[in-house]
Formats: sequence, structure tokens, C-alpha cells
Amino acid sequence: MLQIKRLLLVALLLPSISISQEADIQAGKNLFNTNCAACHQLNRKAVGPALSGVSEKYDKEWLYSWIKNGTQMIKDGDPQAVAIWEEYNRAVMTNYPQFSNEQIDNILAYTDYTPPPPVTTVLDTAQVSSQGSDLSINIILVVSIVIFTILIVMLFLVQRTLLKIANASGVKIEPEPKKRLKPLWKLVIENQFLMFIVVVAFLLSSAYFSYGYLMQIGIDQGYAPIQPIHYSHKIHAGANQIECKYCHSSARVSKHSGIPALNVCMNCHEYIADYNGEEDLENGYTKDFYTKEIKKLYTAVGWDEENQVYTGNTQPVKWVRIHNLPDFVYFNHAQHAQVAKVECQTCHGPVEEMEIMYQYSPLTMGWCIDCHRESNVDKNNEYYQKVHDELSKKYGVEELTVAQLGGIECAKCHY
Amino acid sequence: MEKKNIYWKGFEELNKESEIVKSLEQNEFVEKLPVGNEGENKNHNRRDFLKYAGFSTAAAAVVGCEGPVIKSVPYVVQPEQIIPGIANYYATTIADGYDFSSILVKTKAGRPIFIKGNKDAKSMNCTNARINASVLSMYDVFRLQGPKLSGENISWKNFNSSVKADLSRLLSENKKVVLLTQSFASPTTEKIINNFIQKYSNIQHVVYDAVSNSSALDAFENSYGKRALADYDFSLSNTIISIDADFMNDWQGGNYSSGWSKNRVPNEDNNFTMSYHLQFESNMTLSGANADNRVMARPHQLKQVLQSIYFSLRNQKYNGPSLGSYLDRYVKLAVESIKKSGNKAVVISGLDDVDSQEIVLMINELINSDAFNIKSPKLIFQGSDKDILNTIKELKSGKISGLITAGINPSYTLPNSDEFSQLLNKLEFSLCFSMKEDETAQNSKYIAATPHYLESWGDYEFKSGNYYLSQPTIKPLFDTNQFQDVLLDLIDSQNSFYDEIKNNWRTNILKGKTWGKSLQDGYYYSYDNISLNRIKSNLTFSNSPSSNDDTLDLILYTKTGLGDGQQSSNPWLQEFPDPITRVTWDNYLTISYEDAERLDLKNYNVSNGALNGSYVNLSNENHSLKVPVIIQPGQTPGTVGLSLGYGKTQAMSEEMNVGVNAYRFYDDFKRVHKVKLTKAEGDHEFACIQLHNTMMGRDEIIKETSLKEFVEEDKSVWNPTVMVSKNHIETMVTSKEVDIWREFDRSTGHHFNLSIDLNKCNGCGACVIACHAENNVPVVGKEEVRKSRDMHWIRIDRYYSSQDTIRGDVKAKDETSGYREYRSTQTNLEKASANPQVVFQPVSCMHCNHAPCETVCPVAATSHGREGQNQMAYNRCVGTRYCANNCPYKVRRFNWFQYSENDEFDYNMNNPLGKMAINPDVNVRSRGVMEKCSLCIQMTQKVKLDAKKEGRRVRDGEFKTACSESCDDNAMVFGDINDKESEILRVKDGDRTYRVLESIGTKPNVIYQVKIRNSKKI
Repeated sequence: MLQIKRLLLVALLLPSISISQEADIQAGKNLFNTNCAACHQLNRKAVGPALSGVSEKYDKEWLYSWIKNGTQMIKDGDPQAVAIWEEYNRAVMTNYPQFSNEQIDNILAYTDYTPPPPVTTVLDTAQVSSQGSDLSINIILVVSIVIFTILIVMLFLVQRTLLKIANASGVKIEPEPKKRLKPLWKLVIENQFLMFIVVVAFLLSSAYFSYGYLMQIGIDQGYAPIQPIHYSHKIHAGANQIECKYCHSSARVSKHSGIPALNVCMNCHEYIADYNGEEDLENGYTKDFYTKEIKKLYTAVGWDEENQVYTGNTQPVKWVRIHNLPDFVYFNHAQHAQVAKVECQTCHGPVEEMEIMYQYSPLTMGWCIDCHRESNVDKNNEYYQKVHDELSKKYGVEELTVAQLGGIECAKCHY
Repeated sequence: MEKKNIYWKGFEELNKESEIVKSLEQNEFVEKLPVGNEGENKNHNRRDFLKYAGFSTAAAAVVGCEGPVIKSVPYVVQPEQIIPGIANYYATTIADGYDFSSILVKTKAGRPIFIKGNKDAKSMNCTNARINASVLSMYDVFRLQGPKLSGENISWKNFNSSVKADLSRLLSENKKVVLLTQSFASPTTEKIINNFIQKYSNIQHVVYDAVSNSSALDAFENSYGKRALADYDFSLSNTIISIDADFMNDWQGGNYSSGWSKNRVPNEDNNFTMSYHLQFESNMTLSGANADNRVMARPHQLKQVLQSIYFSLRNQKYNGPSLGSYLDRYVKLAVESIKKSGNKAVVISGLDDVDSQEIVLMINELINSDAFNIKSPKLIFQGSDKDILNTIKELKSGKISGLITAGINPSYTLPNSDEFSQLLNKLEFSLCFSMKEDETAQNSKYIAATPHYLESWGDYEFKSGNYYLSQPTIKPLFDTNQFQDVLLDLIDSQNSFYDEIKNNWRTNILKGKTWGKSLQDGYYYSYDNISLNRIKSNLTFSNSPSSNDDTLDLILYTKTGLGDGQQSSNPWLQEFPDPITRVTWDNYLTISYEDAERLDLKNYNVSNGALNGSYVNLSNENHSLKVPVIIQPGQTPGTVGLSLGYGKTQAMSEEMNVGVNAYRFYDDFKRVHKVKLTKAEGDHEFACIQLHNTMMGRDEIIKETSLKEFVEEDKSVWNPTVMVSKNHIETMVTSKEVDIWREFDRSTGHHFNLSIDLNKCNGCGACVIACHAENNVPVVGKEEVRKSRDMHWIRIDRYYSSQDTIRGDVKAKDETSGYREYRSTQTNLEKASANPQVVFQPVSCMHCNHAPCETVCPVAATSHGREGQNQMAYNRCVGTRYCANNCPYKVRRFNWFQYSENDEFDYNMNNPLGKMAINPDVNVRSRGVMEKCSLCIQMTQKVKLDAKKEGRRVRDGEFKTACSESCDDNAMVFGDINDKESEILRVKDGDRTYRVLESIGTKPNVIYQVKIRNSKKI
């Protein structure tokens, strides 16, 4: 099996290596992304220097030996090597003895390659054609308006002529006597039965609506406040598939899921300074927009992007809290997310699709209790084993629900 | 001629000049009618009330419709150890000059919120009410926020350089400066002070303990050549003879009750024996209340008692004045008991003269007492009365030009404090290290703001070879600097106090153990016992003459709650009921029935039950004070007691400013003084939370027996099953037939029980404060307590016997027959006897399985859990108070007001600082709801969750409540009775188990253990 894989790999790699200059850039890009991108960027300093145009700065032979075994060069006191080592806080670059000179050439070809400026033509014809269609609609409109006006005028004229003819022939046309209809409300007032029906209907509907109004007080389902930093769960949890509990790690152990501290963000964002993912132009979520939001994080955490250091000048982010239970309710994330293994999405909804985070569930007591009545206890957890055995026998069920174990007692959540 | 009858409406009209008549000529009414809010008339009428009520209801409804926007601010860089919602514990040490203990501090989100004893430490690991409450003292709004110079705020840099300049000048002029400090018991601090004195040779260090232990220290020094106190382990003694030593309280630094309690329960392991505790004393103390026999004697007699015991043990004849037959008999009993127990006996004394203390040491040596430990003596107090008196003399004579005080408040605690303050004020140089701008700080030029001990570093040697460390549990709240750090700065050291401690420990103290491990543990024991050589000392057997009849002995004592008074602005401690008198928010003169009657002094209850008491003028040749009186059963006639620690006025809110300052009478640092009493005008209003002092012979609440009966008789004799009448047939209350409820099967899952052992509980009240801290119990203030609206979830009832013993009461009641006899007996039983037996009973919610409160709640706000808790859903409660009315144990507490964020109740919950002590896992209850003990459900839930997270069963001993955790005496055992191996099940199935008011069939989950007394009859 392994051999087949290797063969496949060689088969895939062979053409890319052997084929000419153009293929080099593609192969170089792949190599760069897998090996270098963790510490280097093309046009920006990261852990290591920016690599765009690096082959012009250094001799090619020097680069070969530096990439293959830079540590040795620093040891040997190569002036260029030592200089760069000193510049970057004496951080040693990983050695790549496995690289062949050709592979290094490919990488350098990629770093030297400047993509051609994006083409901004071919729009005119389309614009013209669309203008044309607009024009024809307008013409049709104007023409039809004119036709209809003429028709109306003609009808009036016909009527006048007919009246004249009638007068001339002595036919008297009397205007119809207006029937004095009683207004509806008077009718209702006079009819006791109708009155009763209306009052009852009014009372019932107002009770219905006021009940509905009152019951939604304090329920913030759908609450999606504007946050100080536009943090997109869709990008992080959706596109990048980051586990919820990577950032909300205290959900495993604590009652709070925890808003991640900014140092957690910087685990990745020390290296990811620009947004290069998909854009949502309709809502104005361009790459620039997202990149600006990342810069907001840098300001907050005090990260000097230029020099790749923390300045210590921090501005803690004041997030707007979305999910908020009243003080008299005790809720523990660890009990649900860790012990009961409830998926985060069960209560928080499709977070990985939320560009703006909102409250998915009503978070009402009825909602909690419904779930407690339906969910089963994890009988494989040794803590529950004994009581599960005894109680399930007593109640004559296979699986015990949380409610049967006392999970809807008042003081389980209110103390 | 017309004659007109004139009718007068009243005599006033005859007086033509009358104002009333004049005004009535013009107006219909004499006074302006109160209409609206005209002019200065601010009284609102009924219509206004309705308007306001209507408006505010509408406004509240409208406001309620919109949820507030809540901001959440996470850490920028989250400390590795801190997880929001998970508590961290730090081992540290309290040593505030009065309390000394190794403790564990629970912190949540970086805020210390709860203190418990560090049980891994092998000595000095107990907590008490003051230590438990000390966490709140850190969040005191009256704390200094930075250093001050002549009342102006100043930076630390300028402060230090200014102090340095002053000190250098004084040094060059060779003017004497005294460094007056508390007892630090800290090896590193001692080193720093020595270095400081080396640099500034004009400085003399004097140690001052507000409550002096000087005589005991002098005696030990005379006997063994080291300034220390003997240590005692009461678990090793079968006979404890205490002569005026309140060792269950804070005698010689406390920490003794846990040893005492270990030997108080007869069981198979100790062959059904228990220790015998005989107490001779004048005031009714906590130790006396718990003694098997308590003997009343006046102070001069106590001294004779001690001497008499000493001579008898040496088989010599005692030549002192006669003690009288009553005392003679008990001295004989004491001597017999000591002889019988041999080295298992111990004698201790709190008499504050050197001779008596030396005699105590001699006696314990003579009987070779096991409990008596001089190999590792206590070093916690160092103060010397002589030095202080000398310092004050020098201050008066002008020999001292500068004074540095640290950790003390002499302007409050010295007997001649006013004079001292004036002298301090006039001094050329005065520097006060203080947490608050207290009496002493106000009279000092420099005030150095110091951190609370929970924000500080420190090291201690409480006993020889027993070292302790304290570490900060929170970043300092204010711009404060430790005393030691300032000294280091003054001697131009580059090191911080922390560096010094670490260096000192590494080089001089630690042998084998690492610094990190010691810091984590909070202690280090070198087990190097010191050897002390006996110095021959000449005992003198002086006796003070017996007093005349019109003078009384005033005995100053310290209360369990406030101690020496350094925490007197702590609302928890102010509202803490004294274990003996049950009075809160006050100190008072305790007086015997006999003397009260002679002086026509009274205690009486007013119509709402609150207690009032007469005032007296207390005076001797130097001082006089007007004090209220509490008539105290057990107070020796001819003596009165008054507690220190009250009457502090500065750096605290007006509400806390209660009681009188008894330090005024603390001349020469002697506890006993001759005083005269005269009745004064007026009555004092007390806030006493217990209105009834005796049990009236009811044996369903407190059950007790004698050791002899317990050993020899069957359980049915001393703890019979309660019988109730069904169809005129006596039936056991445990029988199903008499139960009006259907039983719920509780054999699965957890079932919590709390057992309270009346034999071990000494009423110290540490649990009351622990409950305060854990459950956010509000403080309601003196006025509300007076109206019986106290909020404590657990109270410790104290009952006196009316006869000689509590069992005597039961007997007296049982033996009455006929209405007339019954009535007179009942009346007699209401009055506590002159020297009563005392019993303490902690009472919290009983969590009845058949709870009367649950059935009467109209909204089902209180219901029963399958794990045994009687649950209270505050958000459901509408405040009918039916449940409280139907509770036979009276343990439910109603929130009459909003006690948090309400200026009317300006205590800890009304300021942002005090609110930091709130436990985030427990709700802060609002106005109009009932609350009560929840059996610390937040703690049991946490233990369960921890087990679930780890996928294991709960281990025995894991389940705890705040009260059981704080009980050093192990009087409270909590756990799951469905766990077949648990200690609680073993205790519950024991013979001593009974339930309070069992006959009413409530089936409580809080159970009690019958009290056994080892009293000896003479």
C-alpha cells in the first residue's frame, strides 16, 4: 500500500519537476506553502524576512547552502549568515537538507515571480447592451402611456357626444337617487349580538397579542449586536474548520465557555495578517474589510506588525455579550459540552455559517426543560453507572432521561 | 334691650390675645392644611403615593422591556492558571498580630472569596470567625489608597526619600526613635529590622501586643530562658484543668479547640472514655460553657485555686487564705483527677500574673504532662508590658523624638490613648504603617499605606521549627507597600521583601525541600526541636486581698467575634452573634443576677421581643464609662466582664461605630481591675437574636446524657425512639403507620445528610461566618437584627439550664403534677440558674424529607430534591412567608429589603469593593423573597461535576458544605448516606443519632448526636 502511494507521489511529482520554467513557479509555490509559509511571507516581514526578490539580494550558491544547512553557516561565522541571524532575534531557520538545488530554484522562481497586474477591460460591450435594453423598456412605457391617454380622451368625447344626442332626442337622464346607507359601525352598535362578537374578538385578540408581547420580553432570540471587531465565525469555524473548543477552551472544564483571550487569536494571527479567502461583495465584506478587522486585533493586543514585536500597549476588546442568562440561573458549559457531549450547535445553532453571531435559541426555561426531558444520560460515564442501573430498572426503561435523574429539579439550576 | 348669649367654644376664646383665636378669625383651621407639596411641607399624602406608585410601576414595566447591553471584556493575555469560573486555591498564612494560622484561600477570577484552614499543615491550621471574615476586611472602602504626608497624598518615591531624609537627620542629631510594631513572628522580618537598626542606630525596636500575653511570656522566659509560650495538645490529655484560660477562644493565640474535641467522644476506639474538663473562671467564657464542670470564682480566688492545686500535687500544705468549702471541694476534685490521669492531665491558666503562669509551668512539669509541649514552643507573641510602659514614659518625658508604628493602633488600644495621641502629634517624626487612616495614622506625620495580608508576602515561625509562608492571592488593590519593603528601601537595599524571604529560606531554613514546594504547601517543618534548660526560678505566692463589698472586679475579655478589635469595621463580624450572650453589634457589661438585683439593673424584652438593658456608670480612680448591662448567668457574683475591641471610631462607617472602648480600663495591661458601679439613666437597646435562654425541660430539641449512663445503659434509656400517639396507642415515630406522607424512595443516587455532634461543637461560630462568605448572606444592621430580621442561614442556639443541669430541667418538668405545680415549675424553668450548664446547638435548615414548608407554598417555590435538599427557587417566590410560619425550626429568612446596592444598608454589598467578595456561584437574593440554607448545593453540584468530568464515582469525604468545611472540631460531618462506605452513614447509624422535634414527623436530613457530659458530682 505504502509503495503504491510512493509511486503515485513520484508520478505526480515527476512531470512538475522535469517540465520547463513555467512549471517551476507552480512547483515552487507548492513547496513554499508547505515548507516556508509558516515563517516567511512574500512581501512582508514575518518571523523571517520577506522573500520577494530574495535571489537578487544573495548569491545563488550562498542561498543553496543557507537553506540546506544555515545553522552550520552561522557556526562557521559566515558574515551574511550571522547578520541575518542577529537581525531576526537569533532565531535559527529550520534546515532543509532534503531539498535539491532544483527544488530551491523552483522556490526562488516563485518568490521572484511578480504576477501580472489584473486585467480591467472587456466591460464596455456588456454595459452598452444593458443600456440598450433599458432604453427599449422606456420607449414602450412612453408609447403605451400616450395610447392610454388618447383612449381616455376618446371615451370622454364619446360620452359627451352620446349625452348631446340624448338631450337632442328629448330623453331625460336623471341621476340615480343616492341610497342613504347606515355606516357599518352604527349597525354593529345597534345589533347586540354583533356587538358582543366584536368585543369578544377584540378582547381575545388583544389578550393574545399582549401575551405574545409579554412573553418575548427578556428573550433575545436572534439578537445580533454589532461587535467592536467584525469577527466572522463563518470564516473561522466554517471555512477554516477550527474546532469550537480550540478558542472556547474553558467550555470543557468550566461553567463559562469563555470569550477567548486575545493571545489565543494571536496563536494564528501572528502569521495571518491579511485575509485572502472568499469575499462577499454584496455585503461589503471584501478582503480589505477583513484585513482591516485583523489590524483592529493588532491594535487591541498591541502587536507591532512592522517589527513583529508586542509593544505592551494593549486595549482590551469590549465585546457585546450575546447569550446572557439571568443571575438566578446557573448554567455550566462543562456539564453539557464535556459530560453530556452535547454539540455546541445544538444550542448555539449553525455557528459555522454565521457571518455575524446571533442568539439562535430562545434560552427560556421551557426550552431547557424540553431538552432535559428528551436527552438521555451517558450511562458509560462511571459516575452515572450505578444510579443508571438502579433507576432504569425501577422505571423500566432502557435509557434514562436527564429529567428522570432529577435534572428538572428547581435547585439544579436555581441557587 | 337685647341680651345676647355668648357661646364659647372653649376657654381659649376668653383669652383675647390668643394666637389661636386670632388665626381662627381669619382661617377655618389653625394650621395650614397639608395640601400637595406647597412650600416647605414635604409630607406626601395618599394621592401622591398612588401617583408615584402608578408611575413607577409603569416606568419599571417599560424599562423592563429592553434588555441592557452587557459588555464582556476578556483578558488580553490570559494567565495560564486562571480559567474563568474555576476556583484557584492558594496556601497562605494569616498573622495579623492576633490570629495566627495556615490557611487556604479560594480565589475566583483573581478575587479571594473564601478562607479555610490548611489541613495539610500539622499545626496552627485552624480557622475561626475572625479568620474566616478577614477576607472581607480586604475589601474595605475605608482602606488607604496610597501613602500620605501630613494629610496630603504623595508618591512612594517622594515618601521614601522624605522619610529617609528625616531619619538620617535624626540619626545625625542622635535623637531616639522607637519602632513600635506588632508581633511578627517572622524570621525574615526580624532580619530586616535588625539591618534597619544597624543602619539607623538611634532606633529601638519595641513589640506591642494590643492584648497582652506578657505575663505568660515572662514566666516562660524566667523558666526556660526563651521568650515564648508553651504549646498544648489537648488531644493527649484526659484531664484538662483550666483556670481562667479561654482556650477554645483565643487564649495564647488559639488553635486549641480541635485538639480538645478529638478527645470528647467516647467510642470503641478509645474504650468509651472521654476527657474531663474542669474550668475555674469568673466570666462565662466559651471554654467554661463547654466544660464538664464549671466553677465560679473571683480573680483573687482563682489565683489561690491554682496555688492550692500546686501545693496539693506536691503533697504540701497550702498556707494561703481559706477558699471556702465550695472551692475547696473542686480543688480536691481537680487534684484527684490530675493524680488519676497522671501524665494524661494538663493544667492551663489565663491569669495574667507572672507567678501564676510560672506555677502552671511547674505543675505541668511536675505531672510530666503529655499535652504540655516546650520542645516546640509558640513564638507568636513577643510583646513585653515593661517595654511598652517604659516607651510611654520616655515619650512623656520627651526622650523620644520619633515613633514608627507598624500593624498596631496604640491611639485606640492604649489605656491612655488620648494622651498618647497628643504626644504622637507633637513628635518631630512619626510614621505609621497602616491599612487605614485610623486613630494612630491620623496623628502621624507620615502614613504608609500597607496591603492586606492577602495581598502580601511573608514568612513566619509560629512554633520553633514550624515555618509558614504567606503569598499574595490578589494583585494589590491600592498603591500600597509592605512594611518590610519600605524598610528595605530605607536601608538602600535593592532586594524586595520577596527576594529576602526566598534567600533567607534557601540559606537558613529549607533543608531538602524546595522553595516552590514550600510555597505551594504554605509551610515547612524542620522538626528541629529546641532543647530548653530549666532555670531555677523563685516562685512567690503572693495573694491579692479580697475586695470590699462595694467594689467589683472588672474582667476585660475578648469576644469571639471581634477579638482585639482590629477588624471592627467588618460587617460580618459585627453582626456575628456572641456565642454566649447572642448579642450582636455591641459590647456590654456582663453582670451576675445577684449584683444586678442589688443595683436594680434590668434586662427586659419590649413588645416586639427586642432586648433592652439598663445603663451603668463604670468607674475607678482613673476612668469612667457608661455601659449597658447584660445579666449573665454564670457570671461570678462580685465580678463584671467587659469586652475589648469595641468603641473604635475612626476609619469606619457610622453604622460600625458601636459599643464602648474598654481599652480605657486596660491600665498596665492587666485584665482585672477594681471598679465601682452605679446605675445610670436610660436603657440601652440591644440587638440580641435569641429571646429565650432555657429549654424549659423539653428534651426533643437537645438530648444529652452522662458518660456513666452512656456506657452502662442501653440506647433506649438515653436516646429512646420517640413515641407518638396513634388511636391512643403509643407508636414509634419511625413506623410507617403514623406517617401521613407517602415515602419517596431515596435509595438511589445521592442522599445528603449533615450530622452535627453536640459533643464536639463548642459554639465558636466559624461556620456562621463561613456560611456568610459562601452563600452571600447579607448583613442587615443592628436595627433590623433587633426586629428579629437577622439573615444568618445557620445560627448557633445557646441554651442554659435552669436547674444545675439541663437534665435536671427535664426531670423537674417530668416530676410535676397538677396545674398549680406545673405553672410554678414552668415559671421557674424560664430562668437560667446562677451557674448554669450550657449547650450549643447549630441550627440550619433541616432539609426535612417531609417538609412542612413545602406543602404550604402557594406557588411551589420551595420543593424537595431527590438528593434530600429542600430547595428554594428564589425567582419563583412571591413572598407570602407561609413557609416561614409553618417551619417548626424557624430557619427560613425573609428578605424584607433589598440588602445589596441599597444606601439604607450601607455594608459590604453596597460598594463595588465589598461586592468583590461575593461568591459568583450563588445568587444575591432580592427583596421580597424567602431564603435559607441550601445545604451548599453549589458545592455538592461542583463535586458531582468534577466526578463526571473525570468519569468516576464520588469519593467519600469529597462532599462538603461551607459549615462542615469550616468546622475544625469535626463536629459537622456531611456526606452521601447512600454511599455504603461513607463516614456520614457510619455516624448516622450510630446510637447517638437523634433528630430535632422528631415527633412531628418531619424526617430531617440534618441529624444530631446526643451530647454526653462527663460531669462529676460532689
